[in-house]
Amino acid sequence: MSNSEEDFNFAYLDEQTKRMIRRALIKALCIPGYQVPFASREMPMPYGWGTGGVQVTAACLQETDVLKVIDQGSDDTTNAVSIRKFFERVAGVKTTENTGKASVIQTRHRIPEQVLSEDQILVYQVPIPEPLRFLEPRETETRVMHALEEYGLMHVKLYEDISINGEISTAYAYPVKVNDRYIMDPSPTPKFDNPKMNFCPAIQLFGAGREQRIYAVPPYTKVISLDFEDYPFEASRAEKTCEICGATNTYLDEVVIDDKGTRMFSCSDSDYCNSQKS
Amino acid sequence: MYVAVKGGERAIDNAHRWLEDERRGDRKVTDLSVDQIKTQLSLSIAKVMAEGSLFDPELASLAIKQARGDLIEAIFLIRAYRTTLPRFGVGQPINTDKMIAKRRISATFKDIPGGQLLGPTFDYTHRLLDFKLLADGSIDEFEPGKDTEQMFQHVTQFLNNEGIIETEETSSSEAESPDLTRQPLEIPANRALRLQALTRSDEGFLLGMAYSTQRGFGRNHPFVGELRIGLISVEFEIPEIGFNIEIAEIEISECETVNQFLGSKTHPPKFTRGYGFVFGQSERKAISMALVDRALRWKELGEVSDGAPAQDEEFVLYHGDNIQATGFVEHIKLPHYVDFQAELELIRKIRKTAFEAKKG
Ligand SMILES: [Zn+2]
Repeated sequence: MSNSEEDFNFAYLDEQTKRMIRRALIKALCIPGYQVPFASREMPMPYGWGTGGVQVTAACLQETDVLKVIDQGSDDTTNAVSIRKFFERVAGVKTTENTGKASVIQTRHRIPEQVLSEDQILVYQVPIPEPLRFLEPRETETRVMHALEEYGLMHVKLYEDISINGEISTAYAYPVKVNDRYIMDPSPTPKFDNPKMNFCPAIQLFGAGREQRIYAVPPYTKVISLDFEDYPFEASRAEKTCEICGATNTYLDEVVIDDKGTRMFSCSDSDYCNSQKS
Repeated sequence: MYVAVKGGERAIDNAHRWLEDERRGDRKVTDLSVDQIKTQLSLSIAKVMAEGSLFDPELASLAIKQARGDLIEAIFLIRAYRTTLPRFGVGQPINTDKMIAKRRISATFKDIPGGQLLGPTFDYTHRLLDFKLLADGSIDEFEPGKDTEQMFQHVTQFLNNEGIIETEETSSSEAESPDLTRQPLEIPANRALRLQALTRSDEGFLLGMAYSTQRGFGRNHPFVGELRIGLISVEFEIPEIGFNIEIAEIEISECETVNQFLGSKTHPPKFTRGYGFVFGQSERKAISMALVDRALRWKELGEVSDGAPAQDEEFVLYHGDNIQATGFVEHIKLPHYVDFQAELELIRKIRKTAFEAKKG
């Protein structure tokens, strides 16, 4: 890839495609949690590697934006580096690792620890947008289930989890109900992150490129993790302290540090960890 | 000692430089030219053009070179390029009756008007390695006879005189062709959309699906009514001048199957059809496509489905695209340690509860 920036439209996609995506985004914001079909384009990175998020980000970006890209909570994971470089090249926007300074944050698998603000957009990369997919593989069926608000299957699944394992055995991509209507997949974030979605001041946009779906949660929208009265949802994390910054309230990575399998725990959100250190 | 993971950017740059080096290979050997690929690996090019949905032998050759011969990677390069091209409009329907065929065979009749024309086929070759090619590639030129310069009527039209085979009708909804690359796929799909998806589907996937119908998973008793390969012209109407002009001549493979059909409540017994159409010389795929097309038509013919995979439109259309498939299958090599950590904590907790319950 040796083309110069001039070969591409701003943020890679042509304006017509961006308009098509923006229409889908507006529809998604109007019907929180509803999966809007959109004509996802082939991107110069593979499906499953963030093509949905990249298209949503491209449709949102303006020249004054400051972009942050994270994967697994960190700015320096290889795919985050690759996507950030892509936008540096095709949009020439400023990038940052500082969560507070970013106006658009594209993420895979985490929500930043720092509380987001009203002037920020959080873009999630989504592999399988359908929360009911592993209960019902057919899209033709699940769309009807959503339309009729027929979510019994999901509650039965959660109940069976409890009867077999004593608790709901979903650790990530834990289903939520948005605005008392649609059950939504929060993308494969750990369930620790779910409460951050509820009444979040920032706009949350979700892009699934391969599956051709966009969905959204507008600012200050109710997002509730599914549970039962006697088995309330719990945002779990490793009950440890970050060995780098001393945080006790963050989501932690468990790192194997020697051949004996000794473990060390540190914040998954690298920017947050750095800010706590200093 | 734990070192914070930094330097992802340098690692990526180095990986890509290494990749380029390996692609070029031993510098003592001449660099492979795009022309060599274009003229000598034409069947690879056919696959890249068909599944990349872009008829351009030159770019397909370049993609094959850049992808080190990995055809799915080459298809991906073509798709990513194709999506940036503007769409001028929709071409005129292609009339394959007007094909200048270099190959045209029928398995349903011993002889057919115009004759059977084998063309440049692997069929009936003995699959023995030709060690002469190791040393010397010089081959005498072959001059095809006059047979190859004519147009042929379609074989299925002969059956039609008896009204014994279904006629293809262009319904008004299909006259306006959908575009899979500009609209999200929605199920149920009409036949035009299904065929569009099948022609860019992975050859291996279609082959497996077609094979499964022959082994009883949605059997549809096919005969190859006709298989033809050759050149056809593509025309485009320019509104400003008010007539069609030829914008390209392309090589395609077309397969029409004639399938046994016992009749149903709504349809009297007659032969039905399956259809395959692929860029380039790709007859394995054209035949596979025709079998799968026919299998997917059970509903419109009033048949009862066996529930076989090849009859399941949602299953076939959602899983045949090799670029979608390869991206998603391979994405599991990306870091997933956040989710893995969440699972670890959950399993530890459930195990702890279970052990305590046992003790208690
Ligand atoms: Zn920390």
